[in-house]
Amino acid sequence: MSSVAASPAVPAPGGAGGLSFKRPSTLTAYRWELRKLISQKRTYMGLGLAVILPIVFVVFQNVHQRHDHGGNNPFARQITQSGLATPVLMLLFLSVFMLPLIAALVAGDIVAAEDGNGTLKTILTRSVDRGQVFAAKALAAVTYATIAVFLSAAVATVGGVASWGFNQITTYSGTVVSAPEGLLLVFAANACYLIPLLTVASIGVLLSTVTRNSAAAVVGTVGIVILLFIVGQIPGLEGIKPYLLTEQFENWHGLLRTPTDWAPIWHSLWLCALYAVPALFAGYLVFLRRDVAGG
Amino acid sequence: MTEAPPVKARGLVKRYDEVVAVDHIDLNVQVGDVYGFLGPNGAGKTTTLRMALGLIMPTEGTVELFGRDPLREGARALEGVAGFVEAPRFYPYLTGRKNLELLAALDGDGANERIDEVLQIVELSPRGGHRVGGYSHGMRQRLGIAAALLRKPRLLILDEPATGLDPAGMRDMRLLIRRLADEGITVLLSSHQLPEVQELCDRVAIVDRGRVVYEGALADLRRQGGAGYRLRSTDDTRALAIARAQAGVEHVIGTPPTPHGLSFQADEQHVGALSLALGAAGVGILALTPELATLEDLFFRLTETNGAAGSEQAGADGREDPTERLAQAS
Ligand SMILES: Nc1ncnc2c1ncn2[C@@H]1O[C@H](COP(=O)(O)OP(=O)(O)OP(=O)(O)O)[C@@H](O)[C@H]1O
Ligand SMILES: [Mg+2]
Repeated sequence: MSSVAASPAVPAPGGAGGLSFKRPSTLTAYRWELRKLISQKRTYMGLGLAVILPIVFVVFQNVHQRHDHGGNNPFARQITQSGLATPVLMLLFLSVFMLPLIAALVAGDIVAAEDGNGTLKTILTRSVDRGQVFAAKALAAVTYATIAVFLSAAVATVGGVASWGFNQITTYSGTVVSAPEGLLLVFAANACYLIPLLTVASIGVLLSTVTRNSAAAVVGTVGIVILLFIVGQIPGLEGIKPYLLTEQFENWHGLLRTPTDWAPIWHSLWLCALYAVPALFAGYLVFLRRDVAGG
Repeated sequence: MTEAPPVKARGLVKRYDEVVAVDHIDLNVQVGDVYGFLGPNGAGKTTTLRMALGLIMPTEGTVELFGRDPLREGARALEGVAGFVEAPRFYPYLTGRKNLELLAALDGDGANERIDEVLQIVELSPRGGHRVGGYSHGMRQRLGIAAALLRKPRLLILDEPATGLDPAGMRDMRLLIRRLADEGITVLLSSHQLPEVQELCDRVAIVDRGRVVYEGALADLRRQGGAGYRLRSTDDTRALAIARAQAGVEHVIGTPPTPHGLSFQADEQHVGALSLALGAAGVGILALTPELATLEDLFFRLTETNGAAGSEQAGADGREDPTERLAQAS
């Protein structure tokens, strides 16, 4: 600023009165949340896991070339007969812990990180309302989890099909479905899995808002998943099992049956809503009223 | 219809457990003011500005910007308002320009088209394409100003904008603020730099331990500080005794023998009487010069009393009379 006198004129102050006030859309805020994610290394850590794990799985299977896994999972037995068994098995493995962890990695960070580095005060002194910022962040966290799931599924499908062919596949009920239909089922299964996973992301956003600490929020979210999982294993507590979020991670199994068993999917839909809606609403309320004193 | 004032705070209180960061603060910033907000460390300046910007919620009281309460109206209350509290913060992994693009998107209103212009104003154009993570402190401070100017503000709230700048940076910041003020932007400037405030501000509020100890025109404050005089004589020891005994001569300070003589406060009539008294006593006057109190003097007089004295001085309504305190100090 050493040649202030020579600099161009300062933008004229905005006109008086409030008629000109235009609030930017939440979509704009959401787009920028995504751009921030794209520019951060942490984003690629989670997505990297989502890509690498299926690759490792496929490579490992190729090296060992085992035809029969001896397990009672029909997809494990078909691993070398149809490439479409790979994404199903990957979803089975990753759905319990890895994908929730990946979702939590970003959801737990998305509010708290900005609290920590003080940028929350920067964006909250612009023309967007707090509610819009929160909505944009929650949407971005959910988008990220969705991308992780489908990215992982896509890599598993491509790897499986490349190794063992785009062949028909036998479902849980023993029915043989054609390869295109199998592909559709793989996609649908992943979509169903999003119901509990996005709920995990919602809990992550809540913890991120409340704790103001990325690490605490990520660990807290994963901790809740582990805790619910353990509760589900305790003998004598079978009664509450259907109401545990972690039990919903298997809601998509019904799709791989003929006739399709929709019951677990509908059940997970309303049950997850009971977890996610209050979590998001509480996060929203906290975010609206909280002091932004960081930075 | 007269427009609502840029900043109007009434009875603002912010408590953090037992710490009262802000204790019933009233502020009145008028259109066109360059309003200095002064106070020692921990006085509650930043906390007050955070409440004004709607970042934290007052425990009690209200603050309105152009008649709008950020607590009730959210972002709408910040229309025409820009600024930052404490150091401006940006996304370190984005470039300076990308940061401004993001903020412009959150402003709407064509702010995006002003990016080049504001980068040029703060002379960051050549570094706009670099990540903020690699910026120096001064560059971030300037980016903070650029980000504020994107909003075409009518009110600029700046919390110690010159902190950490080198002398040239400070001078440039002063020139820029002056220029913005000349273009009609109202500025609320919290500062530790008393010369800066003295040079830029026409009105000030001085806060101490969460309370306003003075609010008003800087010129009035300096007048209230009392006209001071400095005296050098042929015999400072006797001059001191005579001055202390003289009616209407107050706040006599001096530890003779000293080459600097003594200082006191009095109006012209009593100064005349004192000079005659000195002459009658055979003390020759070497120099008798009027001195207007500097902002620094006044600032210290208003804020440098210990906690106990401060609360004793508080009136029955919990408010202090700043003139009383000015007179009592020194
Ligand atoms: N988030 C917080 N939690 C607890 N106490 C706080 C918080 N923010 C401020 N305070 C306290 O409130 C008081 C005023 O702080 P504030 O930052 O407003 O002072 P300041 O006038 O801006 O000081 P400085 O000149 O050092 O910037 C201090 O005692 C501070 O410790
Ligand atoms: Mg401060």
